[in-house]
Amino acid sequence: CATVVSFKSNCKRNVRGVPLAGHVGFDSMPDQLVNKSVNRGFCFNILCVGETGLGKSTLMDTLFNTKFEGEPTQHNQPGVTLKSYTYELQESNVRLKLTVVNTVGFGDQINKEDSYKSIVEFIDAQFEAYLQEELKIKRTLHSYHDTRIHACLYFIAPTGHSLKSLDLVTMKKLDSKVNIIPIIAKSDAISKSELAKFKIKITSELVSNGVQIYQFPTDDESVAEINSTMNSHLPFAVVGSTEEVKIGNKMVKARQYPWGTVQVENENHCDFVKLREMLIRVNMEDLREQTHTRHYELYRRCKLEEMGFKDTDPDSKPFSLQETYEAKRNEFMGELQKKEEEMRQMFVQRVKEKEAELKEAEKELHEKFDRLKKLHQDEKKKLEEKKKSLDDEVNIFKQKKTAAELLLNQAQQAGGSTTLKRDKERKK
Amino acid sequence: MGQQKNLDGYVGFASLPNQVYRKSVKRGFEFTLMVVGESGLGKSTLINSLFLTDLYSAEYPGPSHRIKKTVQVEQSKVLIKEGGVQLLLTIVDTPGFGDAVDNSNCWQPIIDHIDSKFEDYLNSESRVNRRQMPDSRIHCCLYFIAPSGHGLKPLDIEFMKRLHEKVNVIPMIAKADTLTPEECQQFKKQIMREIQEHKIKIYEFPETDDEEENRLVKKIKDKLPLAVVGSNTIIEVNGKRVRGRQYPWGVAEVENSDHCDFTILRDMLIRTHMQDLKDVTNNVHYENYRSRKLAAVTYNGVDNNKAKGQLSTKSPLAQMEEERREHVAKMKKMEMEMEQVFEMKVKEKVQKLKDSEAELQRRHEQMKKNLEAQHKELEEKRRVFEEERVNWETQQRLEQQKLEASRTLDKNKKKGKIF
Repeated sequence: CATVVSFKSNCKRNVRGVPLAGHVGFDSMPDQLVNKSVNRGFCFNILCVGETGLGKSTLMDTLFNTKFEGEPTQHNQPGVTLKSYTYELQESNVRLKLTVVNTVGFGDQINKEDSYKSIVEFIDAQFEAYLQEELKIKRTLHSYHDTRIHACLYFIAPTGHSLKSLDLVTMKKLDSKVNIIPIIAKSDAISKSELAKFKIKITSELVSNGVQIYQFPTDDESVAEINSTMNSHLPFAVVGSTEEVKIGNKMVKARQYPWGTVQVENENHCDFVKLREMLIRVNMEDLREQTHTRHYELYRRCKLEEMGFKDTDPDSKPFSLQETYEAKRNEFMGELQKKEEEMRQMFVQRVKEKEAELKEAEKELHEKFDRLKKLHQDEKKKLEEKKKSLDDEVNIFKQKKTAAELLLNQAQQAGGSTTLKRDKERKK
Repeated sequence: MGQQKNLDGYVGFASLPNQVYRKSVKRGFEFTLMVVGESGLGKSTLINSLFLTDLYSAEYPGPSHRIKKTVQVEQSKVLIKEGGVQLLLTIVDTPGFGDAVDNSNCWQPIIDHIDSKFEDYLNSESRVNRRQMPDSRIHCCLYFIAPSGHGLKPLDIEFMKRLHEKVNVIPMIAKADTLTPEECQQFKKQIMREIQEHKIKIYEFPETDDEEENRLVKKIKDKLPLAVVGSNTIIEVNGKRVRGRQYPWGVAEVENSDHCDFTILRDMLIRTHMQDLKDVTNNVHYENYRSRKLAAVTYNGVDNNKAKGQLSTKSPLAQMEEERREHVAKMKKMEMEMEQVFEMKVKEKVQKLKDSEAELQRRHEQMKKNLEAQHKELEEKRRVFEEERVNWETQQRLEQQKLEASRTLDKNKKKGKIF
């Protein structure tokens, strides 16, 4: 029956090719794509990492033939901060939004253990911003201003010996996050023979420490050769200068010494031209692509895994987006409910405790008053007894009195009547 | 947003377009085209004419040769190369569309197919481990209108209304060689009127800054919908070999712009706007699908009225974060309320207890006072009594003494002692 070609993969190997009987016209596709990009404008972000005084700003000015913002910094910064400036540049019909980020205060502190941290945080923050945009429900990725760092120029001090431990530590922390292009700064301080040895030492130290620097891509035949040659010249020994000196009948960028003039764009004097060629004229687009497809994806993967997202469930069946979000949501709702329940329980507990407390107090109160009442009863009883005894005494007395009076009467009536008479007469 | 800077010399980033060009050629291109229309409208022929190839041939017959009872959705993939540029072309057929007696819902399998492609893309875009994301989303839908000359059929309107917000719809008048130029003109006007009336959003050419381009775009817009003719046969006309349809009265040439709008279609679809069709699919149709899908997932179980109001710009996770914060606030409020009630009740009880204590204390004091009063009274009584008794006893003694004295006197008298 009529076949419909494999649905399984878009891989071109499984798809049949058909010949064309004429010019169809889709060979304009690259142009259509390019036109759209040109209309949209391009964007590139460079991070310069290096100690104060290694000529980072001067190199940027030299590379882009302009004067960028920024004051030369002092060595007294308490920590490493990152300053970023964005510029709109145009060359023929190509508009470039260039952001230059400088590390201020790098290498100036006594304790440099945390120097790399602010750099890593900055790079991660840009990834995070992009990720957040990508995850939004309503998003505008096609007009998003991409702030992710596409290239990191690492400035190595021209000691002529080896890398500093700060360099190794920092580059190791950055190599999985950004494309690192190491350069030897102010290389006019190194002689030619020293330079060759220096480059070899640096490269071997990087390899032995497992630092992954950016390799110019060699998969595209049109640029494979030049890129592979350039890879062997890394790290680039550069000199920057915006001062111009007359050489012959031309004005060239150079640094003038009593013993001679270092010409920035002379490939015998330094690798500046190589750097410009690689960074800007040949591989700028690749640097952006690598940042997006490799470094950003790594960041995103780690972040999502951290948040508990998985591609397959415990039975290795793939999760659909819906299921993942629903699972997250259920977990989330469960958590909220649990919290609510806990709070309620806590209250129930408190109420119980308080009730018991109050009951106890009430009991004590009643006991106290029962005691008092008893005391009172006792007192009353004693009082009653006293009353009774008094009453008894009174009665006895009365009786005594009555008896005595009776006796007295009798005695008086018997023999004492004369007396009585006399008394009576007397009384009369 | 950034500061404008002038460059004092050639830097070299003007090569960026070349870099992009180079990479895109290396990557290759993909395009998915869907064709919809009743059978017999020349869909396969048109595809073959557009791409100058036998996409549909004896070996791989087109949809009209396959008898279908219900609407199917089928894909054919081919790889074509031209000028160093590779294009992976996918043609999506919909055999059976509009062919049944009852065509209600014959658009549903098509909608489902488009959605399932969006779904696939959404899932692969949302994975933790993302690889190369194959883009099998439908970039363009060519809708074939039968050359009746009268206007759109109800099925045409219904289909376009349901699909215009899911895919780029380009309506075309098929087999245009059955209409005279005047009939075609009328037909086109009628169709555009009906499209506007039903608020159908067909694919729109983007505005550019280029004046010349805009003029071209305007010319195309005036000719919409494009009336096309396709052919698989090459015929010799005036010494030239052209694609066309041979009639006794002449040859209708496919690529003759006086005969039909085929070249306009081809140029627009392939040579100038292929990339834009992909961009609109990605930035508009796909994003609409995605935001609706994610909003449904996020607001699952939450009050839907709230959700309908505004499609959040946040991610579903941020949405959950906000809900969490709301919940925390709600719980705090609840906690405070419960706390208040609790405190109040405790206060009440404590107060009651205090009152009780005060009352008992008062009573106790009262009783004590009472007792004390009684004590005093008793003391007084006793004192009075004692006093009385002492007095009486004293008096008694006195009396007794008197009596003794008088008795002694008498006695003495009797004895003659007294004279």
